[in-house]
Amino acid sequence: MTSAAPGIPGTPAAPSAPAERLRGHYGFAQVARMEWIKLRTLRSTWWTLAITAVGSVGMGVAIGFNTRNAAGDLTNNALAGMVPGLLFTGVLGVLAMTGEYTSGTIRATLTAAPRRVLLLAAKSAVFGAVTLALGEASAFVSFFAAGAALRHGIAAPTLGQPGVLQAVALSGTSFCLIGLLGLGLGAIIRHSPAAIGVLVGGVYVLAQMVGAFSHSAGIYMPILIVGNSISTTRTECVTGPGNGAQCIHFLSPWTGFGMLCLYAAVPLVIGGWLLARRDA
Amino acid sequence: MIKARGLTKRYGTVKAVDALSFDVRPGAVTGFLGPNGSGKTTTMRLMLGLDRPDGGTVTIGGRRYRDLAWPLREVGALLDARAFHPGRSARAHLAALAAANSIPSRRVDEVLRQVGLDTARDRRAGKFSLGMGQRLGLAAALLGDPGILLLDEPVNGLDPEGVRWIRDLMKSLAAEGRTVFVSSHLISEMAQTAEHVIVIGGGRLLADTTVGELAARSASLEDAFLELTSGSAEFRAAHRGPA
Repeated sequence: MTSAAPGIPGTPAAPSAPAERLRGHYGFAQVARMEWIKLRTLRSTWWTLAITAVGSVGMGVAIGFNTRNAAGDLTNNALAGMVPGLLFTGVLGVLAMTGEYTSGTIRATLTAAPRRVLLLAAKSAVFGAVTLALGEASAFVSFFAAGAALRHGIAAPTLGQPGVLQAVALSGTSFCLIGLLGLGLGAIIRHSPAAIGVLVGGVYVLAQMVGAFSHSAGIYMPILIVGNSISTTRTECVTGPGNGAQCIHFLSPWTGFGMLCLYAAVPLVIGGWLLARRDA
Repeated sequence: MIKARGLTKRYGTVKAVDALSFDVRPGAVTGFLGPNGSGKTTTMRLMLGLDRPDGGTVTIGGRRYRDLAWPLREVGALLDARAFHPGRSARAHLAALAAANSIPSRRVDEVLRQVGLDTARDRRAGKFSLGMGQRLGLAAALLGDPGILLLDEPVNGLDPEGVRWIRDLMKSLAAEGRTVFVSSHLISEMAQTAEHVIVIGGGRLLADTTVGELAARSASLEDAFLELTSGSAEFRAAHRGPA
């Protein structure tokens, strides 16, 4: 469809003198605005975020509805949907970076903002803020919705009980942190299928295998951190009917949170280093 | 003013650009000619800082591209391949780029009108034809009203009306004192547009002269170009029939 008439030949739409001189130079604020516009103008962003939130809340509600054991960690149950949900933000993080390469947008992006570390920082900040907001909203809505869905006379936990607010709030960060892990992997690998493969393989498959072979290493795996360290209200080790008197140690909530931050930060730093050095 | 000095880029063992030095001056359309694979696009990518040179420098107004304060307000670039996301509208693509350089959003609508995409501005760019994609690339190049324009094969995919439009546009931009650097492998197109030509082959500089001077070397500009590049064409069809 090239039937649209071209503009008036030879008439630049702006005043013929070069643009008015602007002081200073472009920086974080400008690049972050660009990244925010890019993120929000893709329909797939909104679809993915909606499915993530609905899915994670729905899972918490379903588990609450079917809970019969009032002595269980009800907060942990309510947050069970966060673990599958974070996979979506992880993939969205990958695509936020690899989509630039597959579409060629990276060339336009880098001509507008050639300082590449600044670019990745702004992209991470925008993507991190959006997924943090979504994650916290999902965690709190899951918590209250799952509590409301409890039957069998089981009382819903409240945020005032020991460790509950911390468990909900820390779980809410998992979407953002795994999303940033995906973004960093995308910056390193640059190809969507390969980067998604590494993300899913690393976060899910590898974690399951390591967890099965070695518990002491398994506790450092991201989904076990989200599922057992940061989303739990228990302060002692877990004993249950399945493991008898055996005591399972998981990382403490804040140690787990620190590990997740590290999982997000390391690929971003490597990705930024590579982005600055490689041809685009 | 663009200055390339000893610009060299290797991909593996292939020297795509080999010790290239030239100046591109304001106030004229400078054609950048060379056979397929001669290093035109690589040179443009080096100018824009998309690739790092293995040797030499290229500066724009005395600075490297990545050191420009407001890149899109200083340099507008159209590269040969698409540089937009298929799921984003033309308007959203341009709005994002404008935001990065604090370009007022009214410029987005202005350039969309200027390139003739105003009626298609909210459509997903993935549905665009080759010519429309080219127009969107041109809109991005014009967005910051830059003093320097780098256009890689701008007439690709354009209809005859579009070809004439861009020819007139380039001339008028140069007449306003801007630097217009345009690569092409279409000699006849360059003969109608450019005043100055830089010819490369195999990544090396073959000529840096006026169109008139180059044309005077042979029966036509095309003949002169073919003679100049005969030793360096990377890809050439086998000649058929009696030699």
